[in-house]
Amino acid sequence: MSDLAVPPLRNQKPSLWARYTSANPLLIAALALVLGLVFGAIVIAVTTPVVLDAWRGIFHHWDGLPHALNVTFDNVGAAYRAIFTGSVVDPQGFWHSLTTGKGWPNTLTPISETLTYATPLVIVSIGVGIAFQTGLFNIGANGQAVIGGIAGTVIGSMINLPTFIHLPFSLIGAIVGGMVCGAIPGLLKAYTGAHEVIVTLMFNYVTYAFLLFAVLSTPFQQPGQSNDISRTLDPSAILAPLFGTSSGLRVSYGIFVAIAVVVFAWWLLDRSSLGFDFRVAGANPSAARASGINARYVIVVSFLISGGLAGLAGFVQVASTTHYIDGGFLIGNAGIGFTAITVALLGRNRPMGIVWASLLFAALSVGGRNMQASTGIPLDLATVIQSAIVLFVATPVLVKEIFRLKKAPTSTLQLATTGWGT
Amino acid sequence: MQLELRGITKQFGSLTANDHISLKVEPGQIHSLLGENGAGKSTLMNVLFGLLHPDEGEILIDGEVVKFADSGDAVRRGIGMVHQHFMLVPVFTVAENVVLGFEPTTYLNRVDYKKATNDIRELSRQFKLEVDPNAVVESLPVGIQQRVEILKALSHDAELLILDEPTAVLTPQEIDALMVIMRSLADAGKSILFITHKLKEVKAIADVITVIRLGRVVGTAEPSASEGELATMMVGREVQLVVQKSQYTPGANVLEVRDLVVLDDRGLVAVDHVSLDVREGEVLALAGVQGNGQTEFVEALVGMRHVESGSIMLHGKEIANRTPRQALDAGLGHIPEDRQRDGLVLTMSVADNLVLNTPRKPPFARRGTRNLAAVNANAETLVRDFDIRTSSIAAPAGSLSGGNQQKVIVARELSRDLEFLVASQPTRGLDVGSIEYVHNQIIEFRNRGKGSLIVSSELDEVYALGDRIAVMYEGRIGGVVDPTISRESIGLLMAGATMEAAGV
Repeated sequence: MSDLAVPPLRNQKPSLWARYTSANPLLIAALALVLGLVFGAIVIAVTTPVVLDAWRGIFHHWDGLPHALNVTFDNVGAAYRAIFTGSVVDPQGFWHSLTTGKGWPNTLTPISETLTYATPLVIVSIGVGIAFQTGLFNIGANGQAVIGGIAGTVIGSMINLPTFIHLPFSLIGAIVGGMVCGAIPGLLKAYTGAHEVIVTLMFNYVTYAFLLFAVLSTPFQQPGQSNDISRTLDPSAILAPLFGTSSGLRVSYGIFVAIAVVVFAWWLLDRSSLGFDFRVAGANPSAARASGINARYVIVVSFLISGGLAGLAGFVQVASTTHYIDGGFLIGNAGIGFTAITVALLGRNRPMGIVWASLLFAALSVGGRNMQASTGIPLDLATVIQSAIVLFVATPVLVKEIFRLKKAPTSTLQLATTGWGT
Repeated sequence: MQLELRGITKQFGSLTANDHISLKVEPGQIHSLLGENGAGKSTLMNVLFGLLHPDEGEILIDGEVVKFADSGDAVRRGIGMVHQHFMLVPVFTVAENVVLGFEPTTYLNRVDYKKATNDIRELSRQFKLEVDPNAVVESLPVGIQQRVEILKALSHDAELLILDEPTAVLTPQEIDALMVIMRSLADAGKSILFITHKLKEVKAIADVITVIRLGRVVGTAEPSASEGELATMMVGREVQLVVQKSQYTPGANVLEVRDLVVLDDRGLVAVDHVSLDVREGEVLALAGVQGNGQTEFVEALVGMRHVESGSIMLHGKEIANRTPRQALDAGLGHIPEDRQRDGLVLTMSVADNLVLNTPRKPPFARRGTRNLAAVNANAETLVRDFDIRTSSIAAPAGSLSGGNQQKVIVARELSRDLEFLVASQPTRGLDVGSIEYVHNQIIEFRNRGKGSLIVSSELDEVYALGDRIAVMYEGRIGGVVDPTISRESIGLLMAGATMEAAGV
């Protein structure tokens, strides 16, 4: 029992370099993007006949190997260049517009398309993210968006309202439609314990059936049409293009709706008492109960907000692009309510994270179309890249190992969600 | 078996869990490893049992250097481990559990239960364990289940037994019985490494005491050393094991419980017509072995469990079957039994956890919008006043040590405007320094003339805090006694004896 001096606690902050090279969520997301692109490059290489032929010939000629590498980089480079120029900007066109002042609409079309695609995606993903933060899996966002789209379009096309309130009423109608659709699984979970994943998943089918019914029924169907297509929105109920119809750029005032939603979500999650309850309930239901949080109330309100935002997104999609709904609305690849689940995950359920993730997904989808058109590589490859990125984001340990990142404090490295919430 | 550890070092990143630890266990010796939680005891045992590999140092058995690739190697070299949390299959018999994985078989690979049963009966008799090989484990009291674990180790010819915090789950009588068993094992030549942070037990049973702190051996002591000396070695400073209390001057009843009946999760009666009073300026300690209805009783008080019948009056107002929110608003403070499950959100910041159940209370929020400046100011104040050791108020609560996590809860509850405090196992798993701190906070609350109910299964705590002691057994209050009563009597009450039988 001689010297009992306690060594000083190591409480220094890590160096800047160490902080940026240790595994933090942002770095993981960025590296997941890199890995996704590398993975995509490999897929392009092994699925493009020209590249495969070049590799087959590496022993037939003295410069076979450099030739094969050249062909590979050319093809992969062309594909990624096409994605970039198709979704952001073509540098040549940009330079041309800048020096001559001409052709701006053409130059800006790619970024405009990306923003148009991203706008409803941001809104619906934030809805899904809010539910995630409450510990709820809203798999039914797509169905809620369908109902919101129908509700908004009904008000926007069938009810005559003065110009300045027609659009707001349509937007509100869309929110209410989505809320009604979200309230059902919320109430069922809160009062009967029905699992929200099952209920919302099944509800998507109900909404598809309702969509087909709606667009084929007399008052809503486009007059004089026998196809599954709805009436067109009144001009007073559309989200007009930002730069006017004549510009040809589709990016619309819907972007401001998305910005408002981002601000609302930031306030809700970071600043409001209600959002605090959401987060407590999502992170630790037992502690939430002991702290006097009413679990039923939280579940229902979170689902109302989540559904309302999904509904809003559905109508923003209609009001800024087609201005009508058809039987294929939000079905298949267009199902932004499903994409929203991965976007929310990629954005770690944070409003700004979701904005970046949405822009990335929008760019890959829009740019993928350009890639298909200019290189013949199928659009599905963009989906492969998206999926690979999400896969890497969902497995931070794998990314950490691949790049040999140092260990982070355990609390910062966890999945954005907590398994099947019960 | 003679076991020697030489310079064992184990690092986890920048944390040195074991720093050149050396110790020697002689055959037939009970060697106590004493240290606070987080001192590195478990790491050392995992190294010894082959579950972790040391970065430096060596393990010697009977003077020969050994290396364990896994725990199987350790078992083959005669090391047996009795885990704090038992590794038993509840629906199997004792015999089935003991032979599990090493079943003696007859023809066609049939398990030879007769041989297993006889072997166990023989072992049990040899070491006076008194275990029926045919009993189903889940029907046995915790103390006997522990003996099954010991049997399991002995059946693998263990010469050295590691007992990891073996007394944490036992009643005082069971602890005494365990001590007898440990002594008889030692007399039979077995070596025992006894890991604990309880001073009294160490003094009662150990032949040699090694104290470790912050991963290093700070010294060895004889069992004749006083508790104060041992505690000083453990924490590096003098600690007060007895809390300074002011004069006991009880006032009017704050909490009146009448004929309370509460069911447990399975629908069985857990609280059976309990009546209790707690007065102003009083700490009522509710003693009892865990699982005798204390948990359900507390949950009913704080609105987290349905009350079947009876009443709970706080200052004359009925609070039975209210929501937790209503209970909180009525001025009921709650330090939950399982702090990580019910008391904290580990992923959220210390500042947020300090307002976890008052997020809407002014000035923390106005019209639904949180005032983060006020939340942070509150956190700065409480972190300073309650001496919460955290890198910052923005650090996640999960990054704090157990003691500091508990301080967050204590700070949150005591900083609210409380009428009454309910604390369940408020110092479980805490080190001596934190225990002292939490105890002082509770006593200061009492000295301000408030009432509180402290549920504890630790007799030291019950005696240190209680102005009166209520003992709970199988859902009933066996008696309410003064803290002048002997430990033996309390122990008997905890084991279900009547007041007369307990000699009160």
